[in-house]
Amino acid sequence: MIDNHILAPVFIHLLTAIVQLIAWRKTVTQRFLSIGGTFLGLLIAIRLFTKVYNEGILTMNASNWDAPFGIVFVADTLSTTLVLLTSIAGFAVSIFSATGLSRQRMRYGYFPIFHFLLMGLNGAFLTGDIFNLYVWFEVIIISSFVLMTLGGRKAQLEGGVKYMAMNILASTFFLTGIGILYGITGTLNMADLALKIQLVQNQTLVGITSCFFIIGFGIKSAVFPLYFWLPSSYHTPPSAVAATFGGLLTKVGIYAMYRVFSLIFVPDEFTKDLLMGMAILTILTGAFGALIKTNIRRLFSYLIVCHIGFMIGGLAMFNKAALMGAVFYLIHDIMVKTNLFLIAGVIRQLGGTMDMTKLGGIYKEYPKISLLMALVLFSLVGIPPLSGFWPKIYLFQAAFEYNQYFYVAALIIGSFFTLYVIAKMWSEVFWKDPSSDEVIEDKFKPLPLFRKILLILPICILCSVTLFIGLNAEAVIQVTERIVNQMLDTRPYIEAVLGK
Amino acid sequence: MRSIILQTATKYLLPILLLFSVFLLLRGHYEPGGGFVGGLVASIAFVLHSFAFGTENTMKILRRKPMSLIPIGLGIAALSVIAPTFFGLPPMTGLWFEEPIPVIGMIGSSLFFDLGVYLVVIGVVLTILFTISLTED
Repeated sequence: MIDNHILAPVFIHLLTAIVQLIAWRKTVTQRFLSIGGTFLGLLIAIRLFTKVYNEGILTMNASNWDAPFGIVFVADTLSTTLVLLTSIAGFAVSIFSATGLSRQRMRYGYFPIFHFLLMGLNGAFLTGDIFNLYVWFEVIIISSFVLMTLGGRKAQLEGGVKYMAMNILASTFFLTGIGILYGITGTLNMADLALKIQLVQNQTLVGITSCFFIIGFGIKSAVFPLYFWLPSSYHTPPSAVAATFGGLLTKVGIYAMYRVFSLIFVPDEFTKDLLMGMAILTILTGAFGALIKTNIRRLFSYLIVCHIGFMIGGLAMFNKAALMGAVFYLIHDIMVKTNLFLIAGVIRQLGGTMDMTKLGGIYKEYPKISLLMALVLFSLVGIPPLSGFWPKIYLFQAAFEYNQYFYVAALIIGSFFTLYVIAKMWSEVFWKDPSSDEVIEDKFKPLPLFRKILLILPICILCSVTLFIGLNAEAVIQVTERIVNQMLDTRPYIEAVLGK
Repeated sequence: MRSIILQTATKYLLPILLLFSVFLLLRGHYEPGGGFVGGLVASIAFVLHSFAFGTENTMKILRRKPMSLIPIGLGIAALSVIAPTFFGLPPMTGLWFEEPIPVIGMIGSSLFFDLGVYLVVIGVVLTILFTISLTED
């Protein structure tokens, strides 16, 4: 069905960014505009999600050019769910940025760039054209370069160079893949590609082309052996930026992988084995990496890598139970990972550092905030009935059913090491008595109440969404089931786009 | 660098280059040209002026910071993209006036998109170049 308003989540952030550019250097105005803009974006995303959930897949032919020739935008359940989660995360991060970020960074255009980033994310989720997907990826990485290096500290620039080099490499692979794909099929529309790719006689060439996409999206979503840029860059920017990156940027790579490998290249045995091998090694390297880190944000960065492996493994098995687990994990992961980096930011305010060996005694000082953080950490680990638990059931079930015992082992090791590092972090940061040899400055206590609320409120919002996902898993499973059915049977998608 | 030849030549070249940039902007829809090229030519006109008379004097004839052109241009372009949705058409659809207007030719929403690009390009190029030339001093 055609709906001309599905790009509203993109335009709301574009317009917010433009108005903020007019209010250049007026940091207070920009803060209000940002919170207002992301709130409106959230309402629009909820409206779009319910509309798609009730009425089915919506499409929009940009410039009124018909489907395979013009650029088409498609809102199906997978994309609207991700737009909704992005909007929730964006709203929370924008509240957090209003007080958790230095005025200097705001003066040099943090907020407009943040909204351009959200615009790029929403655009990437909604597009139905593979070259247009590339363009949205460019919007995302250009804004993320700016966010990463804004402030210009030495460590930031170092992280920024690694991040930029790997992401440009990823874009090159992605673009080369698109070029070959266009050469062998003559179309860029994803629904049209899904039909035409089956008619290509040289299926080996199709298989090789799919490897370009695996490498391109693999770098973006930080899978083994292409993950190393992530832990060496995510601990450098301020926490609000790291939260957006950690929660959303790698997940765009995962989304693109789900979309391309369910619609265009349906995985054959070789692709499945390749993805499964990558998934297992990603889980293991992420888990082992997290084990030895003492900086909280570096630890969380390795956990991102570890849990990316869970989602890739679900895709690699490519059956209903596995995909249910993977998509559910994606939903849970966006909320929790965003929240983790916000928590890291608050811990820095409370203890003055992110080094676990120097922190301590936060539970004694702030019991309520600590319990709030504990809820999030428990959800991450997957204590039943919290949100990290449910997707793992599906993943285990699918892995046993299809005899993927290495993946089962990796899942167990990954979950166990996550539990271990989180328990270690909890005892070091919250329970241990602070090391007495140096006086740690508490930046949180002198803040006025209003600013304290602004720091804690986004964590509460994300935490309540996580709790909702965990305690109301039935509803989330229904949404997930619909997403997975659309991934396994792509005919409704193709029909909606091409109108046949 | 203050050369009387360059200064005199610039006085004549500046309006000609600006006119040429508008010409490029207006013919861009069907023939080579458009907002991006037009914007580059217009910014070259100001760059030439800053070579001849110094960046401070160019800032004076511009009256406002070139950076303020960026949101204006982006705003015009964004509105021209969104405008068709108010007529029940998909975004970015070209809306055209029925009759051509003398000198300018056909006017449609894509011309406003080009105008937005034109302003953004001038804003970005001049902001970058002026920032570099002012920090050098």
